[in-house]
Amino acid sequence: MSDPIHDDSDFIHSEEFLHGLMRRQLKLSIACALAFIILLFGLPLMNYLAPELMAQRVGGFTLTWLILGVLFFPYVWIIARLFITRSIALENAEVQVAAEGNKRQS
Amino acid sequence: MNITALQFLAAATSSEGVDPWILAFSVITVAVTIWMGFRSAKSSKSASDFFVAGRSVSVGWNASAISGEYLSAASFMGVAGMVMSSGYDALWYPVCYACGYLFLLLFIAGPLRRFGAYTIPDFAEGRYDSSVFRKIAVCFVLFIGFFYTMPQMKGAGTTLAYIFQTVDFRDTAFQFMAPTDAMGKLTAGIPYSLGVLVVGAVITLNVALGGMKGITLVQAVQYWIKMFAISAPVFVLMAVFGSYGQNLSLNKSAYDSSPPPAVERTEMPERGHRLVMPEKTAPPDEAWVAPFGPLTSKAAKAAGLSPEETKPYSLLYTFSLIVAIVCGTAGLPHILVRFYTNPDGIAAKRTTMWVMILIGVFYVFPPVFGVLGRNFLPELYTGLSGIKGTDQVVLKLPTLIREKYGILGSILSGITCAGAFAAFMSTFSGLLVSMTSALAHDVYGRMLRPQSSPEQRMKMFKWCAVLVGVVSVGLGSQVEQLDINFMVGQAFAIAAASYFPLLFMSVWWRGMTMMGAATGMLTGGLCALVCVTLTSISDIMAKTAKAAAEASKIAWEPDALNAFWIGHPLLRILAEQPALWAVPLAITLMIVVSKATRKTIPADIRMKMLVLHAPEALGLKQEYIQEQQGPAH
Repeated sequence: MSDPIHDDSDFIHSEEFLHGLMRRQLKLSIACALAFIILLFGLPLMNYLAPELMAQRVGGFTLTWLILGVLFFPYVWIIARLFITRSIALENAEVQVAAEGNKRQS
Repeated sequence: MNITALQFLAAATSSEGVDPWILAFSVITVAVTIWMGFRSAKSSKSASDFFVAGRSVSVGWNASAISGEYLSAASFMGVAGMVMSSGYDALWYPVCYACGYLFLLLFIAGPLRRFGAYTIPDFAEGRYDSSVFRKIAVCFVLFIGFFYTMPQMKGAGTTLAYIFQTVDFRDTAFQFMAPTDAMGKLTAGIPYSLGVLVVGAVITLNVALGGMKGITLVQAVQYWIKMFAISAPVFVLMAVFGSYGQNLSLNKSAYDSSPPPAVERTEMPERGHRLVMPEKTAPPDEAWVAPFGPLTSKAAKAAGLSPEETKPYSLLYTFSLIVAIVCGTAGLPHILVRFYTNPDGIAAKRTTMWVMILIGVFYVFPPVFGVLGRNFLPELYTGLSGIKGTDQVVLKLPTLIREKYGILGSILSGITCAGAFAAFMSTFSGLLVSMTSALAHDVYGRMLRPQSSPEQRMKMFKWCAVLVGVVSVGLGSQVEQLDINFMVGQAFAIAAASYFPLLFMSVWWRGMTMMGAATGMLTGGLCALVCVTLTSISDIMAKTAKAAAEASKIAWEPDALNAFWIGHPLLRILAEQPALWAVPLAITLMIVVSKATRKTIPADIRMKMLVLHAPEALGLKQEYIQEQQGPAH
């Protein structure tokens, strides 16, 4: 009787729920990706535009070597950590929204 | 028969050179790997055990196994070799290898696991309800896989040639096995292709008998072997030769003054000193330590442009390299198949986080070998780029402290050799499993004989493993002259232009049609494949011709293809690193063709998108699978 594809009476199968779901998740992913891309593409640009600054020595390393060879990794871990905490919280919230939406409709 | 075997042994052991420590560590690594494969072969019985390890691997094991599989010969040997030969620019490889996982985590890992399929071709078929598309997707598992096995085979050939460099076959019954040098004279050592053959045969046997369940355990252990093998020697070497930063400071950039104190090779140099660089073959300090060095400026330099003119070309090269590796990581079939071994989407995300930490820590170490190698093993610069080149630095550097600390140097070199074995063995097994699965599960089980029994499929899995192994050894024996790391980068570029756009767009855009996905993936992937193959072949031709020209003391005359590259440096860069244009091309085609074929969007697209994105707690997947199976059968 309840066809999961064409059945709009059920809240979690509604267009509204899917749309909101994908939008929230994509927004989070894009925000995290931007934080990553700024450093990823920014570093070669800095090397290009300000070579003298990036050649400054820090404990034997040139500044740009230190960033790329060592500091890049923890920076990415922080982004990943933030993303996972947020996305698990987001999923829990979605389960709740779905439960409430179903209650409202029945 | 017995006499020849004895003669063989005599030839192999008579020479004073084969270091017993190095040999012992290597043999133990290989033996343990094989033993574990056989042991777990007993416990893996069903087809599901074979393909995705029963989907019940814990986060910790799975993360170690993914990392173990991912850290290939390119990471273990190639990165250090490339940092030594090219300097700063080569650092982009390890950084993007590790950080590419972020893209996988952000956009692909969770949804893909929720969709629930064995392989990427399964996903392609399930998402678009098209068995034709499955066939197209299978082709790319094989394309990318074979490109990726070539550098692993080069790692194997290089390591075995290093271990047996002093074996002498010249005046024995096995003279035909002695390798020849550039002048065509027989030399000591074993031929590169023998190492490729031996390692290829051993791993193929292991995979054919063990399947993936065995491999998960083996891979996880291999990660920890590799981690130990790369980090322990670094700490000892830094204690002897000075720290990472201290050694880097000996290489002066254009903005530093006073040249470093260099000494001739007489004894072990003191901390804060280094050996004299061979002038012709080693890149000068300021090019090596600064961005836009030999790697990224090669094409423009060959065209005879001035340093100022080459800089924009180098920037372009760098960007394209970054795109290739970051997007390519998110589209590697042998890595993606592992996400299906997670129990759910959240576990898939947690696994990715741990993978990023495990491999990120690992990737800090190989460049240290590159830096120390530049200062203390400059003679590697004079070797050909073949097995004598900088790709050997990880294996050879620890032996330097033999002079002062004796046996410790041999032990450390033994440890790095064991790590190298772990590296190419684990990656090659993983590739073999995913390529064999594609053949046995997709081509045989779905296309040729859909009604075959599980026993028949298991048997087919073994035969396919042998077939893939043989082709890999054949390809691997041809690439002695290419950089390990460079070849892996090329495999990433193909993955970036084919699977990454497919997965990314299929997960996030519901307007995609099968036609759109297939057109984009095929065009992008094939363009990248053709460009990358062309540049690799022209590089092999140029290197062979140059070596021959040098041997007969005449100037090198570029062939037609190489002459074309010299005349068109921009095209050469875009062909060598095609990701910058091939990825957008694939995505654009996907959008345009999908819009044109809008009518063929799958009817149950909303349900599919819900399964991809809704939390598992809602239980949508079961509904979807039941609904799918209902009318279909």
